[in-house]
Amino acid sequence: MTKDKNIVSEEREKKKKEMILFLSDSKEKEHFLSKNNRKLLSDPLNDDNPITVQVLGICSALAITVQLEPAIVMAIAVTAVLAFSNMIVSLIRNLIPNRIRIIVQLVIVASLVVLVDQILKAYAYDVSKQLSVFVGLIITNCIIMGRLEAFALANGVYKSFLDGIGNAAGYGLILIIVAFFRELLGAGKLFGFEVLGHRAATAAESTGLYSLGYENNGLMLLSPMALIVVGILIWAQRSRNRKLIEQN
Amino acid sequence: MEYLNLFVRSIFIENMIFAYFLGMCSYLAVSKTIKTAVGLGAAVIFVLTITVPINFLLDQYLLMPGALKWLSPEYANIDLSFLSFIMFIAVIASMVQLVEMVVEKFAPTLYSNLGIFLPLIAVNCAILGGSLFMQQKAFGAVTEAITYGLGSGIGWFLAIIAIAAIREKIAYSNVPGPLKGLGITFLICGLMAIGFMSFMGIKI
Repeated sequence: MTKDKNIVSEEREKKKKEMILFLSDSKEKEHFLSKNNRKLLSDPLNDDNPITVQVLGICSALAITVQLEPAIVMAIAVTAVLAFSNMIVSLIRNLIPNRIRIIVQLVIVASLVVLVDQILKAYAYDVSKQLSVFVGLIITNCIIMGRLEAFALANGVYKSFLDGIGNAAGYGLILIIVAFFRELLGAGKLFGFEVLGHRAATAAESTGLYSLGYENNGLMLLSPMALIVVGILIWAQRSRNRKLIEQN
Repeated sequence: MEYLNLFVRSIFIENMIFAYFLGMCSYLAVSKTIKTAVGLGAAVIFVLTITVPINFLLDQYLLMPGALKWLSPEYANIDLSFLSFIMFIAVIASMVQLVEMVVEKFAPTLYSNLGIFLPLIAVNCAILGGSLFMQQKAFGAVTEAITYGLGSGIGWFLAIIAIAAIREKIAYSNVPGPLKGLGITFLICGLMAIGFMSFMGIKI
């Protein structure tokens, strides 16, 4: 009797495994936080960073990092667009004809960006005015097209979603670091709050560091310094992580 | 002299690369030799000069708030500007497809030299950025839009030629390991941007 029960339960286990194989895209059932999946989230933060290693998404990273607040809003917007477009393209990846691949991807990303733009205009109007055309430029943000072509067209839905979140996190990290230094050194503020003291007309009336004669570095707020700050960031990253050094 | 002013301003003062950082990805990727840089720069000038005026007409007669009055006065209240992104990108993608077909037919060597970068222009931020800035600036006539497109393209072309020339020479210099390749390019680009800032006070 127990032998029959064992055979029945074995068959049930086999049927369950077949069903899981049919529904999932991987060859074996992977835990949803397995090592490979965690690598998808952690690699883009350092080893495979979209901005400093893959050279994608540079345009917006330089232009909107004058202050911390627009940089963080932009990072969140790109995370939303990247994760969801990765998911959608991965869902329909077997149905897209190869010749019109780019146009289909552009349409999906453009619709998501229109959504994000309208939400930003409704709930964060001041920041969206500061971001001006760069919200629209998320459509042509190389990270999104790059990850769609390199990952979402060949991988399952959950992995594409994680890849989107990981790359957006790497992008956001660089954005926040650059904006932090530019706002702090260029305006003495973080998030609009004066952290180095208040600057009045003369050193005597100022508080904090300004009373010692410190002046803000106005050049930091201009576009060339963004390029130089990112250059120094790349220098620092590659000094610590020797395998990223280009060999030719 | 409005046109000359607009032309010079869009080449030097509002340079697509040094002032707005548009098109940086392909700029950094293609600028290793001057030959590829010239090819890509020429393609960008061509695409910008064509797409900015077309998008201007689209914006003027279809998308702007109140643009549909030429159809019938009762449509004067419709505002279709939320469709701008999708329409502009559609125009750009189709123009790039057309340019690709024309180049393949009439200049096959240039086509094989450019390789993947011709279709990649469709997703170049500089092209979409040109159209979006044109929408913000609210030009009065198509000729202003053409001047702006041509000027932006030439500015981008100048920037990529300059950095390709410098990168070719840097191959013989003693760059520290971690700075090689991408790092030193960013630093040079930043210094060139400071140089281009000197054009800011020009009045014509």
